Amino acid sequence: MPPQTITQKILAAHCGRDSVAPGEFVNVTLDLLVGNDITAPIAIEQFRRIGADHVFDRDRIVLVPDHSTPNKDINSAQQCLAMRSFAREQHLSRYFEVGRMGIEHALIPEQGLVTAGDCVIGADSHTCTYGALGAFATGVGSTDLAAAMATGETWLRVPESVKFVFSGERQPWVGGKDLILYTIGRIGVSGALYRAMEFTGTAIRALPMADRLTMCNMAIEAGGKNGIIEPDDITRAYLDGRAQRPGVFVTNDPDAEYVAVHEFDCAEIEPQVAFPHLPENARPISEVGEVRIDQAIIGSCTNGRLEDLRIAAQVLRGRKVHPDVRLVVIPATQQVYREALHEGLIDIFLEAEAAVSTPTCGPCLGGHMGVLAEGERAIATTNRNFVGRMGHPKSEVYLSGPAVAAASAVLGRIAGPAELGITPGNAAERRAGRP
Amino acid sequence: MTIKGRAHKYGDHVNTDVIIPARYLNVSDADELAAHCMEDLDPEFVKRVQPGDVLIGGEDFGCGSSREHAPIAIKASGVSAVIARSFARIFFRNAINIGLPVLVSAEAAAEIKAGDELEIDLAAGTIKDLTRGTSYQAQPFPDFLQQIIAAGGLIPYTRRKLGIGAG
Repeated sequence: MPPQTITQKILAAHCGRDSVAPGEFVNVTLDLLVGNDITAPIAIEQFRRIGADHVFDRDRIVLVPDHSTPNKDINSAQQCLAMRSFAREQHLSRYFEVGRMGIEHALIPEQGLVTAGDCVIGADSHTCTYGALGAFATGVGSTDLAAAMATGETWLRVPESVKFVFSGERQPWVGGKDLILYTIGRIGVSGALYRAMEFTGTAIRALPMADRLTMCNMAIEAGGKNGIIEPDDITRAYLDGRAQRPGVFVTNDPDAEYVAVHEFDCAEIEPQVAFPHLPENARPISEVGEVRIDQAIIGSCTNGRLEDLRIAAQVLRGRKVHPDVRLVVIPATQQVYREALHEGLIDIFLEAEAAVSTPTCGPCLGGHMGVLAEGERAIATTNRNFVGRMGHPKSEVYLSGPAVAAASAVLGRIAGPAELGITPGNAAERRAGRP
Repeated sequence: MTIKGRAHKYGDHVNTDVIIPARYLNVSDADELAAHCMEDLDPEFVKRVQPGDVLIGGEDFGCGSSREHAPIAIKASGVSAVIARSFARIFFRNAINIGLPVLVSAEAAAEIKAGDELEIDLAAGTIKDLTRGTSYQAQPFPDFLQQIIAAGGLIPYTRRKLGIGAG
C-alpha cells in the first residue's frame, strides 16, 4: 500500500478503501454537516427540490444562526425563521438558538461535536478550522450541503498535501494568527489552491489548541481545501471529556508524499499585520509604519476564543481605548462569554471603554455590530480584508492577532503591545488579565 | 450548447465579497442578488451586462466565502459562462452544482479583451474570440464531474442517486 498523508487516510477510511491517491474523485460518508443562517436557507430550498422527506441523520446536522444574529433586519429574521422551521420539522438535535449559540467554528469544537478522524463538510468556507483536531473538514456551498443532508455523503477530489514545518520558539506576542498570516504572506492567497495544508514541526507540537484552530481556520485564505494537524497529546487533552463521539487518531505514514514542503523558523516571525485588500499582504509589526485606525474588532471564528480574550485583556487592563477609536469585543460563544465574565475579562474591556457584544459573526463580513463608513479603517482579528468586507467599499481592514488589535485600539494606530511596554505574562496571569 | 456574448474582463482573485457583498446576503432570491452582482468591483456591471455575456477572470476566481449567492447572482445577471485561469474550489463546485458553466483556460483568460465577442461550444469546451479571430480549448472536465453536468446539476444527480423520479 502506498504511504499516505493523514488527509488521504481519513478520506480513505470514509469511502471504505485502504488508500486513496491525490487527484482521485471519491464519494465519502460524512460524520458532521454544518450550515448557518446565510447558507442554510438556500440549502433547505435545494433539499426540497431533491424531494427527500427527511434528513439522513437528525444528530449529524449542525445549524447555527450566527451570521446576522441577533436578527439585524427583517430579511435576516426571515432567513433565520426558515432555518429554525426546518430544524424543528426535521427534529434536528444540533440546532443552536440565539442565547445558546456561538460562531459555528468556535462552538462546534467547544461543544465536542467534532472529533479526531472525522470527515466534515460545512456550508461555510471556514469549516476547515476543525483540521486542528486531526479531522478532515472543508467548506462547500449550499447545494452540496443539501445533497449531503439527503444522502449523508459528498464527492471530493483527494487533495495533494503541502507541509509547513515550523521550528524554533515563538517570539513574545506571536500566536497562531501570526503564524498563519506569515504563511499566507509567503505563499500567497492561491498558494495552496485545492491542497491540504498540513502544519507540523516542533513549534506546532508546542502550540496550544486555540492557536491551532486559528491556523487551520485560515487555510482557506491560501486557497487550501483543508488545514490539518496530526493529533497528539494536546489534541487528546482538548478532546477528553468534551468529544461526544470517540475519535480516531490518524497519523501520517513516514514516507507520505507532499507536493511542497515549506520550513519556517519561528525566531524570525514577528507579530503580523495583513494590509488591505488581501490576507497575503502580511507585514511584520516593525514594518507597519504609521497607520491610524477608527475601529478595532476582537472576535470571530478566527480569534474569538477565551485564550484570545485573555491576551486582549492583558493588553487592555488598566488602559483606555484611544478617544478616536471604537473597540468592539465579541466573545465567540456563550460559554466563552460566561467564562470571560467570570475571569473578570469583560470588566477589563468595559473599564477600557470597549463595546462588548453577544456572539455573532457580525462585523467580520460587514453584516452588523461594527460596519465601516467610507474611508474608515479597522484593525481586526478576523480572517478577510477584501474590498468592502467590513462595510463601505472604500473602507479598509487590516488583519492581526488579538495582541496587536488590542494595543492598536489603545494607541489609535496599528502597533504591537511591545510599544506599551508590556511583556506576555504566564498562563495564570493571562487568565487573570494581568500583565 | 453554444453560447454567444461579449466579454467582461477582471483580474486575479475576484472574491465572492465583491461578486455579491455580504450586505445583500439577507435574501436568497436570485434576481435580487443579481441586481447587486459585482457591485463592489464594478458598479456599472449590472447596467452593462446583456444575456449571454461571459465573465473573464484571472487566477483564483471566486475565492473567499462559500456563499452560493455568488454564482447564483452571476447566473441570474444573464452571464452564460465564466472563463478563468483558475477557480477557487468552493466557487467551482457551486457553479457546477447549480449549472453555471465554468471553463479553465489560461490562454483565453489572458488574451481575450473586455468587449470581445465570444462564441463558446460548451460540449466541446471550445472558446472562439470572434473579434480577434482566435480560438482556445478549455481544460476538459474529469469524467466524474461530467456526470453531474450531464444530469443537469447536483440536485437532479442526487435525485437519481436516491431513486427519486423527476418531480
